Amino acid sequence: MKIFVCVKQVPDTETKIQLNSDGSSIETTNVKWVVNPYDEFAIEEALNLKTKNAGSTVTIVSMGPKSRVTDAVRTALAMGADDGIIINCEEEQDLFTTAKALADTIKAEGEASIIFAGKLAIDGNGAGLPQVMAEYLGLPHATVISTFEDQGGKYVVQRETESGSTKTYELTGPCVLSANKGLNTPRYASLPGIMKAKKKPIKDVEFSSLNIPSTFKKLTYSNLTLPPQKPSVKMIDGEAGAQANQLVDLLKNEAKVL
Amino acid sequence: MSNVLVFIEGANSELKNSTKELLSVAKSSGATVSAIALGPEAKAYADKAAHYGVSKTFICSDQQFENYNPDLFVPAVTDLIKQSGANIVLASSSSLGKDLFPRVAAKLDSGFVSDCTDVQINGDDVTVKKPLYAGKCSADVKFDNSAIKIVLMRANQLKISEADSSLSSEVVESNPQAPDLKTLIKDIVKSTSEKVDLTEANIIVAGGRGMKEAGHFKLLEELADVLGATVGASRAVCDAGWVPHSMQVGQTGKTVAPNLYIACGISGAIQHLAGMSSSKVIVAINNDPEAPIFQKSTYGIVGDLFDIVPKLTEEFKKVL
Ligand SMILES: Cc1cc2nc3c(=O)[nH]c(=O)nc-3n(C[C@H](O)[C@H](O)[C@H](O)COP(=O)(O)OP(=O)(O)OC[C@H]3O[C@@H](n4cnc5c(N)ncnc54)[C@H](O)[C@@H]3O)c2cc1C
Repeated sequence: MKIFVCVKQVPDTETKIQLNSDGSSIETTNVKWVVNPYDEFAIEEALNLKTKNAGSTVTIVSMGPKSRVTDAVRTALAMGADDGIIINCEEEQDLFTTAKALADTIKAEGEASIIFAGKLAIDGNGAGLPQVMAEYLGLPHATVISTFEDQGGKYVVQRETESGSTKTYELTGPCVLSANKGLNTPRYASLPGIMKAKKKPIKDVEFSSLNIPSTFKKLTYSNLTLPPQKPSVKMIDGEAGAQANQLVDLLKNEAKVL
Repeated sequence: MSNVLVFIEGANSELKNSTKELLSVAKSSGATVSAIALGPEAKAYADKAAHYGVSKTFICSDQQFENYNPDLFVPAVTDLIKQSGANIVLASSSSLGKDLFPRVAAKLDSGFVSDCTDVQINGDDVTVKKPLYAGKCSADVKFDNSAIKIVLMRANQLKISEADSSLSSEVVESNPQAPDLKTLIKDIVKSTSEKVDLTEANIIVAGGRGMKEAGHFKLLEELADVLGATVGASRAVCDAGWVPHSMQVGQTGKTVAPNLYIACGISGAIQHLAGMSSSKVIVAINNDPEAPIFQKSTYGIVGDLFDIVPKLTEEFKKVL
């Protein structure tokens, strides 16, 4: 099987966000970059599938400035992926352009058996790239999957909806799947894994060489702002009964939310 | 003049509140408003949508649309959008909306923005607000190269206007051909809970590791029953198996924005805050005065939740 995983490098969740001077993006100088947490579930599922199918390969595909995203790709290789492809692009692209670049790059590698991604990148919060990529590739998709089973070219996945219901879907491969938390427990890269990863091949693709028409760009971000300062908290003192009484009074008469 | 199309979601013959929000904002923009409803209850939804000023609803009431299957919904919704002539589409940033519309957008060679917290419609011009970096900042987003602009709104962000039950609208039924399906629905397990979805709830009572064990969530359920609230949880207690993962609020759980969020025994880790900090009023109950949750709260009580919560339930009973 030819298994692909799309990986994005994102600021660590603990990073304090600062804005650049014109509010078009964030200041990245002090950012610690990590593999998008949902992509770790995608990588883990790909590696499990490879283990069950001798002769399979797992290829990591990532787009971004090569000097930076190489780390994320090496991390995935250290977990056990076979090789990587970096689409070198200094400037940030929107979701559609990125999806097109990933789709074209994967297509150029020959037919994929299955493509995994995370359900959402925690920086851009788009939650749509896997579906858009699936459309560009003409493949079926399932998102936010919490279980995965290979039934020989048919893939059975479960997806939970907000009401707590669970739907089970069967997809005829090849297909694009986006991973939710709970799909598995991602492994840590072992020390031998990290050593081995240093020698694994990473192919370079220049974003400009893909010749993606500029009409693929659908969105412009501007005026980034930090959330308004909340007025400071009102602490309610006293013994439990009095506290409860006062809180209910405030919610009813001051905040008026009851 | 612009033509705004609202994608309707409902349950048990009732429109979801998130859908009512979309219908209200569409109407108040002064645009012509049409709608799409799919599934066996589509006609009932169309009639309800008319009460919010929809002039025309496109429906597919075929049984096969009862449950969401992307393979079926993507082509059907794409065709209906084209048929409607809409240049702006509003839908909820629900699990269905987020799965469906990115692909519909790609088919229409147009853009979508998910998880929006505000939308401004001025004629054909649309600007939305969208939280980024787990809510640590937000941006204005505008569309480029998009004949149709698709906006997926987070629930509980917009005002619902008064329904006028004397209004009715045109209903256009269509029965699209079933495409060659590569995705089949094998099984559906419906949740047994009667409670409102977390993402739609007006009031949420959430518990964290401070609840100490699964059985103590009963205290929160009692409080929630009095308030008509839904119970949520931190990741720590979902991971511990005390409550199902569907109850998790936060970066890797659900994003919620109720009018009132009561956090009991939750420390307020950044990943938890990411999912609830845009709640209108936040109450924290925690025995550690240094807990970070207090910095994000409107009202704080330092104390033992096992003393406070039952007393709170009693006090609410008196006024509600
Ligand atoms: C990538 C990533 C994603 C994550 N996503 C999420 C997410 O989506 N949602 C989420 O919630 N977390 C998430 N987390 C985990 C998060 O970092 C915290 O570990 C978690 O939120 C802690 O849960 P808690 O507040 O219940 O537990 P704790 O941090 O242990 O806090 C328990 C609190 O209860 C208080 N307490 C104890 N006893 C009492 C009592 N008797 N009365 C009153 N108060 C009491 C304590 O003072 C303490 O403040 C994520 C972490 C990572 C790394």
